[in-house]
Amino acid sequence: MGLGELKIDCTVNGEHRVADGVWEGESLLYVLRERLGLYGSKNACEQGECGSCSVYLDGALVCACLVLGGQANGREVITVEGVDGERVQRAFVEAGAVQCGFCTPGLIVATHDLLRRHPHPDDALIREALAGNICRCTGYAKIIDAVHQAARPHPARDAGRPPQRVGR
Amino acid sequence: MKVGESVRRFDAPAKVRGDFTYSSDLHAEGMLWGATVRSPHPYARIVSIDTSEARAMPGVHAVLTHEDVPGQILYGLEIADQPVLAFDFVRYWGEAVALVAADHPEQARRAAAAVRVDYEVLEPVTDPEKGKVLRHIKIRHGDQNAHADVVVTGEYEIGMQDQAPLGPESGLAIPDGEGGIDLHIATQWLHIDQQQLASVLGLPRERVRLTMAGIGGAFGAREDLSMQAHACLLALKTGRPVKISYSRSESFVGHVHRHPGTLKYEHGATRDGRLVYVKARILLDGGAYASSSTAVIANASCFSCGPYQVPNATIDGIVVYTNNPPCGAMRGFGSVQNCYAHEAQMDKLAAALRMDPVDLRIRNAMETGSEMITGQRIEGPVPVAELLERVRKFPLPAGDGILPGGHSNTTHGEGVKRGVAYAVGFKNIGYSEGFDDYSTARVRLFVHEGQARAEVHTAAAEVGQGVVMVQAQMAGSELGVSDVVVLNADTRVGSAGSSSASRQTYITGGAVKAACEAVCQRVLEMAESELHPARDLRIEHDAVVDSSGNEIISLATLLGDAVIDETREFRPRATHHLDAETGQSDAHMQFAFAAHRAVVDVDTELGLVKVVELATAQDVGKAINPLAVQGQLEGGAAQGLGLAVMEEVQVKDGVIRNASFTDYLLPTILDMPPVRMDILELGDPSSPYGLKGVGEPPTISSGPAVIAAIRAATGCEINRVPVRPHDLTP
Repeated sequence: MGLGELKIDCTVNGEHRVADGVWEGESLLYVLRERLGLYGSKNACEQGECGSCSVYLDGALVCACLVLGGQANGREVITVEGVDGERVQRAFVEAGAVQCGFCTPGLIVATHDLLRRHPHPDDALIREALAGNICRCTGYAKIIDAVHQAARPHPARDAGRPPQRVGR
Repeated sequence: MKVGESVRRFDAPAKVRGDFTYSSDLHAEGMLWGATVRSPHPYARIVSIDTSEARAMPGVHAVLTHEDVPGQILYGLEIADQPVLAFDFVRYWGEAVALVAADHPEQARRAAAAVRVDYEVLEPVTDPEKGKVLRHIKIRHGDQNAHADVVVTGEYEIGMQDQAPLGPESGLAIPDGEGGIDLHIATQWLHIDQQQLASVLGLPRERVRLTMAGIGGAFGAREDLSMQAHACLLALKTGRPVKISYSRSESFVGHVHRHPGTLKYEHGATRDGRLVYVKARILLDGGAYASSSTAVIANASCFSCGPYQVPNATIDGIVVYTNNPPCGAMRGFGSVQNCYAHEAQMDKLAAALRMDPVDLRIRNAMETGSEMITGQRIEGPVPVAELLERVRKFPLPAGDGILPGGHSNTTHGEGVKRGVAYAVGFKNIGYSEGFDDYSTARVRLFVHEGQARAEVHTAAAEVGQGVVMVQAQMAGSELGVSDVVVLNADTRVGSAGSSSASRQTYITGGAVKAACEAVCQRVLEMAESELHPARDLRIEHDAVVDSSGNEIISLATLLGDAVIDETREFRPRATHHLDAETGQSDAHMQFAFAAHRAVVDVDTELGLVKVVELATAQDVGKAINPLAVQGQLEGGAAQGLGLAVMEEVQVKDGVIRNASFTDYLLPTILDMPPVRMDILELGDPSSPYGLKGVGEPPTISSGPAVIAAIRAATGCEINRVPVRPHDLTP
């Protein structure tokens, strides 16, 4: 190949991982996906606009497409594959917040980050926190439902949501 | 898992864990990366292409041009007019000219940049008024010289919208070592890709096998070929698996867009508010190649007047070739552009007549048996008036207290005005104009781990809409089994047609239902022959039961080692060509209707808009999976809102100026308000379960309602979408 000489030594989802022969221009997203086989973080815009590649880098929520692979050297990365997000994940499934699902991994990580900072966010806070995650399918209503469900052990209707009737 | 239940998606657990394999996630041992050399000019003659430098670069395994295409050098959905790789001329900015395969994507990009293409730059045609006509639809309905007491006119301009599915165009082509190819791909229609690829590759169809990879949204963007042929050409040339995955900026030139258009309308009505005539000239810019433009302009014309009773109509729908980016399918397919125009006209007419805009719409609303301007009578429920009444009756929202400008804190309420307005639209479901619309389903019933399992196999593209669950629910309902598996779509089974035209639940659903009925019949025959002859047997809860519901025999026992395997094709009612001179014909199969009310706040000093709420009512016939239907209504409305207030592919002199998500604005969770909805299930007597296509109507009238609400708030005319701040300020 002869393109790059970089060696990246980091912790990913609690495991020590090494990527060798990395080209300096590779993003953390590329390294995670194509070097380490962790395809859960998605490549939708690769400009930090859509949040589909959201991961934790040393505990901070980042877009992996905006971080160079080399910047992860010696640091700790947690991706959707390793995030402790079962409750969030279940809520997204239950609420119907997943359609094509390409934005979903990023939303799972971003919601996880929101709920650890604010265990019971209201709609306004949810909207503010997830404004960096673009979803093209759902129109976001079911995503807001999912965040509320994840925030509560027992799902309950949010009083702020309008009623939805099916049938006559 | 039955029809009518809100069920959780089979694919959702993998999607939330990041385990679901999308087309951009594919990889194979020894895989190469493909990159595409693209035209920097909207129109130029190709003088020469020199690939020698690129070929000599490290890691490069192949550089291909049009000379390397073994089969047909042109392809296209309706008209084969688009070169697989440009030869002689490039006709739009970003057109594919050459291909590179290399070990690393960066090596492929660098080699692509080193391909020397000598162009003689030519003057592009970028004004659609000067474009070559691709198709001209003429609708001449009723009295062509009708006069009216009250006449309103308007000219409306619609910007170019991008589907912006989050998943990039991507896929993996794997040569089979015997000259054939396996392509793993995200597409809306496997078999039309297969047909076009076989032609381009010069291979018999059975040697081009397609398997669906996970699809990261589509919305029309995956109807045409993008990188499919390119990856196959590189793979066959190198004998190695080849992956191509577009960047977002490349994606903007890698698929067609929603047609921009200019629409001139004249509406005439009586003084008591009955429409007398509509005259319209609709001009859509098809861009450099035909794609599905010929079908889009037919829709734009047939539905040009909206769901109203219009006794006399003179419609000219024209789509032209230019050197702008090619346009084609996007959710709503021609019925979006015209809805902005006919709904603005209805509001203008209401103002001229001093009538309430909803009352005017209801007075002219289509009903069951109403005649379209194409002369086709619409049978089954046509609840236009009811949909409008329902959205009007919803209580008005207070809002969440967040003003236009949001957390930027640009106003404390001064200069903020609220507007409320309505729109209604309709469109066809399924293919039109005599196109053979069908789908194929194979259903197998056998015993798996001691229990009856139904296995459904179709080629229907799961683009996110939930057709996987539709198939499972229908099999569960028809076969009375609890264990239903839906196989991944591929070309080993017959065509399903595309996941477009809101047709897949109807058509592939119809095929699954028919195949299940055939399986069911064989099960019952088996039960009757093996047991004492009985009548009125059916399958329920994994058992054959009698008319009282008593179990006769469990399916597992009855089936034993037998595998019941049935394949069925399903065809809805046939449609017919439009008359070339009058446009009169039964050209469409089913019709779907939706109405929207929009409530907006506008900061009239800064021209900032906040959509406070969208309310909608839509007749879905029968909600197969109500949770998924709600998701369609919410997501479709978001795309409508996007075109109304922010989304536009900005093209100047044939060049896209905003080919990225930084510059092409999509609605975020802060932009999209709650959607209040009434889902009506009025039952279409001619469709499976009474269902109607659901996916597109939410995208049709949502945007026009938002624009009308902004007009109501500001008093500004707004004849162009997306609306810009300077359109709203004095």
